[in-house]
Order: sequence, then C-alpha cells, then structure tokens
Amino acid sequence: MQIIQPHYHAIARTAQDYERMAMSGVVAVAEPAFWAGFDRLYPETFIDYFRQISEFEPTRAAQYGIRHFSWVAVNPKEAENPTLTREVLKHFPEFFAKPTVLGVGETGLHKSTKNECDSLEAHVDIAMKHGQLVLIHTPHLADKAHGTKRVLEVLAGMNVDRERIWIDHVEEQTIRPCLDAGYWVGFTLYPITKCSPKRAVDMLEKYGTNRILVNSSADWGPSDPFTLQECILEYRRRGHSLQEAIEVFHNNPCRFLGQNPKFDIQPIRVETLSREPVSA
Amino acid sequence: MLSAAQVAETYFLESRHMLLEIAAHFDRYDAAVARESGGIANGRAASGQGGNGSMARLREAIAILAATHADRERTETLLELFAKD
Repeated sequence: MQIIQPHYHAIARTAQDYERMAMSGVVAVAEPAFWAGFDRLYPETFIDYFRQISEFEPTRAAQYGIRHFSWVAVNPKEAENPTLTREVLKHFPEFFAKPTVLGVGETGLHKSTKNECDSLEAHVDIAMKHGQLVLIHTPHLADKAHGTKRVLEVLAGMNVDRERIWIDHVEEQTIRPCLDAGYWVGFTLYPITKCSPKRAVDMLEKYGTNRILVNSSADWGPSDPFTLQECILEYRRRGHSLQEAIEVFHNNPCRFLGQNPKFDIQPIRVETLSREPVSA
Repeated sequence: MLSAAQVAETYFLESRHMLLEIAAHFDRYDAAVARESGGIANGRAASGQGGNGSMARLREAIAILAATHADRERTETLLELFAKD
C-alpha cells in the first residue's frame, strides 16, 4: 500500500531508512525543521540547514523513488534567543520560493515561555502572510496539556486559516480541543515517549479519520520510522479496509499538504477489476 | 548496581509507557463492550466488573502492583496469577 510519512527528520537518518521505507510502500516524506540537539548561535547555521533539507535531501530521497518535501522554522527550544529568531525569520521568504518547501514548521512550544509564545506567533504570522502551511509542535510528557492549551490560546488571538494549521503530537488528553477548534492534528508514534501505534488506532476509532495525520518517529534520538507501518498493521488487523487505511495513511497527508500546490501527490482509491478473460 | 534513585529514574518512562498501553487496553475493551451492548453504555464500569476472565485477571494483577508492600517478588506472584486456570 502507498504510504506518506508526513513528519520525518531525514538528515538524522541513514539511506537504509529510505531504502526500507521505499520497499514498504512509502512514496513521500515531509521534513520539518528540527532541533539539532544543541542551541544554534548563528542565523547562517539555520540557512545552511534549510538549504540541506530543501535542496540536498530531495536528491537523496529521489534515489529510492521517494518524494521529499520540507518546512522551515526556528525550533521552539531555541526561541529564548529572540534576536536569532528574528534574523532567521527574515530569510523564510526565500525558502518559501523553493519547489519543495511546504510551509513553516515545526514551530510551537517546549516550556511555553513568553519568548516561545512570541516566536510561535511570529512564525504563524509570517506563514499566513505568505500563504504557507503551518506545522506546530506541542510539548512532551508533563508539559503537553498546558502547552497545547497555550498553543490554542496563541492561535485564537490571531487571524489564521485553521484548515492550514496542523497541531502535532496530540494524545488522548489534547486531541479533542484541537479538532473542535478546526485544526488538523497529528499523532506521533514513538517507541516510548509519545503515542503508540495501538493508541493511535484507538483514537482513529474514537474520533474518526477526518483532519488526522499519523507520523512515525524519525530523528536522531530513540525513534523508529516503521512505527507508522506498525500502526497500519494494527489498523488493518482490527478489520479496517485497505481503502480506509489509504484514507488515513496516504490520502489525508495529500489533503492537508496538498493545500500547498507544490505537494502534487493526489489521493488514491483502490478498485477491484472485474474478472478479465485470460488471453491465450 | 544501580541505586534506588537510579532505578526509579532509569525505568520511569518505560513503565509509564507500559501503563499507558494497559490503560488503552482497558479503554479499548470498554469501548468494545459499549458497542456490543448497542449503545453508549457505562464503559468505564465494564472492565471493572470483570465480565471477561482475561480482563479480570489483569485487574487482579494491577491490584497486586498497586500495593505499597509485597511479601514476595511481584513478578513471581504475577506469573503464578497468570498461570491459574
């Protein structure tokens, strides 16, 4: 079955990932800008990073027949340096012009400080002004409920197109207010620290599949890009049809990401052909 | 060997993960019971009533884990519990 990985940090992964993903049906990945594991000091470091994910990484993915798209952002963990954030933001428009950049992300909150909230607002503002999509990171573990509430509060004070905003890493305690407010949401499947494949399927069964994306985990920390395939297996094992799986794991990414015309992969439908005569 | 504080910290996230999976299992069971009863039943009560032997056995195991003190190792007690007919 054809699969799209909507949240994949390719530069932290080896080519073996691409090869195995291609063999398992992945046709496209989207790479949000991420934290490097340390706080970067210079705008130029971000610029080169954005060049890497918007220029070089698509060529690496293409060797395995996978389309690669990307997003630009200053990570929430680095928002305590507002001067740096402002300098990097000035360069966003040149990346919006790149053929595979889909928007701004992952912005969002980590500890929900004032600087983080200001940075989130600035990121969303520039995205809306340039007609870009937005991918918002919500905090982990104990900070998640409060951080998600703050994200919703910041967005509520802005003039935004909610259908173009994806609030990521939702879990059972945060999914409902995000969906009720009209945003897209994402489940992120980590081996231990976030959602699991089984819990993701539970939420799909409870909330339906509308405006929901499912991501694996794929970064430089303990993570596993094949949690997405594990989730698909769990979904199918519970009796959901192939088409229903395609709707969640391929067509929904097409619907959200396709709001940016650069993402030109179309939703698909499986069709059973009537029995055809065997030719001699 | 690890200190008590190190043991608590080292395995916290892993145990948190496993507990969430168990909670989800119970919620999944309750939702299935509600569906089968043809409406929005009081699902939270379903697994608690122990209508299903496997679920009742899990609740018994959780009660053993929740006890502050144990006379013998909890792992051994649970293995014996799960070995019962």
